[in-house]
Amino acid sequence: MILSKEETFSLSEMEALQSERLHSSIKRVYENVPSYREKMNAAHLTPDDVKSVADISKLPFTTKDDLRVNYPYGLFAVDKSKLQRIHASSGTTGKPTVVGYTKHDLEVWTECVARIAAMGGATGDDICQIAFGYGMFTGALGLHYGLERLGAAIVPSSSGNTEKQLMYLKDFGVTLLVATPSYGLRIAEVAMQNGFNPKTDFTVRTGLFGSEPMTEAMRAELKKMWGDNFRLTQNYGMSELMGPGVSGECEHFCGMHINTDHFIPEIIDPNKGEPLPAGEHGELVITCITKEALPLIRYRTRDLTRLFTDKCACGRTTVRMDCVTGRSDDMLKIRGVNVFPGQIEEVLLGIDECGPHYELVLTRRNHTDYMEVKVELLPELLTDVFPDLEHLGLKVRTKLKTVLGIDTKVTLASPNTLQRFEGKAKRVTDLRNV
Amino acid sequence: MFIKQLSVFIENRKGRLEEVTAALTELGVNIVALSLADTNEYGLLRLIVSEPDKAKAELKTRGFSATLTDVLAVKLSNCAGALHEMLVALAKADLNIEYMYVLDSGTEYGSMAVKVTDKEKALEAIRNGGLEVLAAEKAYAIHH
Repeated sequence: MILSKEETFSLSEMEALQSERLHSSIKRVYENVPSYREKMNAAHLTPDDVKSVADISKLPFTTKDDLRVNYPYGLFAVDKSKLQRIHASSGTTGKPTVVGYTKHDLEVWTECVARIAAMGGATGDDICQIAFGYGMFTGALGLHYGLERLGAAIVPSSSGNTEKQLMYLKDFGVTLLVATPSYGLRIAEVAMQNGFNPKTDFTVRTGLFGSEPMTEAMRAELKKMWGDNFRLTQNYGMSELMGPGVSGECEHFCGMHINTDHFIPEIIDPNKGEPLPAGEHGELVITCITKEALPLIRYRTRDLTRLFTDKCACGRTTVRMDCVTGRSDDMLKIRGVNVFPGQIEEVLLGIDECGPHYELVLTRRNHTDYMEVKVELLPELLTDVFPDLEHLGLKVRTKLKTVLGIDTKVTLASPNTLQRFEGKAKRVTDLRNV
Repeated sequence: MFIKQLSVFIENRKGRLEEVTAALTELGVNIVALSLADTNEYGLLRLIVSEPDKAKAELKTRGFSATLTDVLAVKLSNCAGALHEMLVALAKADLNIEYMYVLDSGTEYGSMAVKVTDKEKALEAIRNGGLEVLAAEKAYAIHH
């Protein structure tokens, strides 16, 4: 179901709306965000130089590093008193990336998610189980309010405790599941271990998957487990842009429709920073044109994808993006959670017994991601009793959990046994095969 | 009054222990006694050697995490009840043994390497119990 008229605007209607919104957004940022104003001044730009979508490539980029430097509120374009919600996601180091919403931002967010949910087949009659972690992450609450807007009932089960998830799915007659694709597989697997047949013993018919890319192999695997009648789409977003609701798949599965009346997408060469012609693979850059609290301009998402501008059979005219195929930075997705190696490094630097070298090994067992962190001890062993070594391992694991939000396996290694690198370190071994 | 024990962190993988003995062999350092304790992932090798400082320095340059720890070398007669006597002495003083192992098993007298958290108190307790400790030079030269 197509929820908003903007989704079927003609190219000229959309461009006119985008140009007007872009100009007013740039104006607000220029007036209210000192660090971006300085960037524009350095590029000899004023808001009047950006009057249409065609002018967008003149503008300087915004990066995750800008968010870090301006932590927590430095890039906000409104006074704190106007905020109604604050979320946070992983930063590249110990401090998180903080995002905020005004009343209007929450309204737009809800509308954008509602559109994407409707695109994926959600209706007001659905009973929706949201198996994303509730809390500071935007995923759960984003889907929660968007689905509620459609009139659906929400089961806010949050993530984890898979057997309880199964009980809700079955006993509550759940018809729609929100999860990461790998958790969707895990739930089906645990259902089978408990003697259920996910195809016949449950009433789930729609899956809205997000928070990590869903490859075609995962989609096929999900279908195999949940049945051919299971309509599963993926959607895309990130907290810096607002959360889920940036784009989503329709019933034709030919890329994710971007809500282009709120977000202007570009694809750039991640190394040179130059825009690439339509259809080419590169890094997705998004400009928020309706956000009040955090209107990021030309935000470098670091996600690698491509755009489709041809017509979609569903009737929507919005630009579509392909499934994200990788990153142009070192961010990892572990159980749907963003993890930057820099966060791990910072934790280790704060622990006296550990040297600065580490290695990460990522594996996937039973559709669940695991991360092992190998840590080098210092040449001067600081203890020679086991309880102290075990305590050290536990201390590293606890501190990592505090910062990353996920559990890890910590392995202690002798000094100089981990690989050394000249130039860029390759500390991550990803054995997940996804 | 204390002897220096060499403690080495060892990952549980093939050949790692052999690298330690290779280093000591090349240095000409004699191993008087050893204890190897292990978990699933790593072990702690505890050694009493003829020249602990030299051995530690060499192991560190070879990339091992090593340290020297003060332990007591308690002389015990080779007869029934001798170890029990020592344990009673430490228990009476409310001291907790972290680990211990055989240092020497002679025909008349033997000795135990004992690690107690509060080493000064432990020394006092051993002496109050009528027992003796070996001097470091003596311990490092056992069997020589």
